[in-house]
Amino acid sequence: MKFRSVFDIIGPVMIGPSSSHTAGAARIGRVARNLFDREPKWAHISFYGSFAKTYKGHGTDVAIVGGLLDFDTFDERIKESLEIARKKKIKITFREEEAVPEHPNTAKITVGDDDGELELVGISIGGGKIEIVELNGFKLRLSGHNPAILVVHDDRFGAIANVSNILAKHQINIGQMEVSRKEKGQMALMTIEVDQNLEDHVIAEITALPNITQVARIVD
Amino acid sequence: MFRNVAELVELAESKQKKISTLMIEQEMEVTGKSREEIIRQMGVNLDVMEQAVEKGLQGVRSVSGLTGGDAVLLQNYIKSGNSLSGELLLDAVSKAVATNEVNAAMGTICATPTAGSAGVVPGTLFALQNKLKPNREQKIEFLFTAGAFGFVVANNASISGAAGGCQAEVGSASGMAAAAIVEMAGGTPAQSAEAMAITLKNMLGLVCDPVAGLVEVPCVKRNAMGAANAMVAADMALAGITSRIPCDEVIDAMYKIGQTMPSALRETAQGGLAATPTGRELEAKIFGLPLNKK
Repeated sequence: MKFRSVFDIIGPVMIGPSSSHTAGAARIGRVARNLFDREPKWAHISFYGSFAKTYKGHGTDVAIVGGLLDFDTFDERIKESLEIARKKKIKITFREEEAVPEHPNTAKITVGDDDGELELVGISIGGGKIEIVELNGFKLRLSGHNPAILVVHDDRFGAIANVSNILAKHQINIGQMEVSRKEKGQMALMTIEVDQNLEDHVIAEITALPNITQVARIVD
Repeated sequence: MFRNVAELVELAESKQKKISTLMIEQEMEVTGKSREEIIRQMGVNLDVMEQAVEKGLQGVRSVSGLTGGDAVLLQNYIKSGNSLSGELLLDAVSKAVATNEVNAAMGTICATPTAGSAGVVPGTLFALQNKLKPNREQKIEFLFTAGAFGFVVANNASISGAAGGCQAEVGSASGMAAAAIVEMAGGTPAQSAEAMAITLKNMLGLVCDPVAGLVEVPCVKRNAMGAANAMVAADMALAGITSRIPCDEVIDAMYKIGQTMPSALRETAQGGLAATPTGRELEAKIFGLPLNKK
């Protein structure tokens, strides 16, 4: 079941005009912002499928940039996000891709500054609900049926056990978990599907652990 | 947990509970939140819907200039006393239009189930206010019942125009509204399911073909007719009329139709009304260049 909550159906509260192309896009942008953990200096945004054909009409561009500026779906500043980004000297480029994506509403975002870069691919599956399907070249094999978090961490012993201990303490059951890394001892990634939505304080507790760089909800 | 409409109706009948109650209980189970918290959250959505209707009835205009002001025209027409299809029906239509005009003007709305189809559920709900006199609690229940049916459609078919066409958006919204109207009017869970089936059957095949890619033309008027469809189907179900094709099979048919719908008719602004001479002309006027010639 892709949709689990009644508030996926009646909700979200949002700035119009499109839940998939505006609210969903804002959420994809915001996940990129949360994972990057700071305001980027630049962003390249590629639109695929229906996103590529209609992004101007739906405000997909302003919404995704609003998300990058950490605005929620109902934040009225979304409407002026391109102007706000320009004032903050954030360089933004958009591309309309011809390639046919697996899902019609697909966006790829690359953000960066002098200290680093991050690339993710997100899809907007309807009613404002999104999934992140790729991060920094890692394919995320999520069922999409359950809430999921992404934990970026240093590849050190104990890091995985610490995270699962916190989930256990809050009686949160792990349905599926995957760990991947680029090189031994370098950046690694835990993708964890859980049975309930994680509350903010649980996320904060995981973030505070040693060797954890970043925690973000990618499906909720 | 219910996975389809048949299970939902079975649960409601065997446990002698309203569909809205079952939806609240399932939400409590899935999220671990309390009943009070869940009801409070839906109350926030209800308030947003009410404010959007009020704003739309005062008259708004979209940035493109394509939509706005029709809700006001309808309200004035109702007041003239000359309406043919009846005041309650037109009131629902005007309030659905009001919501979508606010949406098109980048105002704040509550997606039900999507932004493009956000008018139907609140339009019908607020139009029933004078006739059925629901209190706040009952209005919130209306949204949970609509949500329960939408939940089934979202999981077994689609609520995305890009994936399933407008039938998945305004079609789903209308079916959800019809089912909730029946419950509020005192109908049975089985009658709610019949109303949903009757509504959806008449929305099957509806394509998503927004002019210039904007959620305006034909979206606003599709919400108008979606609200009318929901009201009439609810009346039919309450009269005892049933659908020959069961609700779950209608939903399944909608899914399969969506899958075979060409991409040009699924929110790409490449076909249908978007590709008419006037549609292209409006697109050129708004964006300078037609989207397909950039």
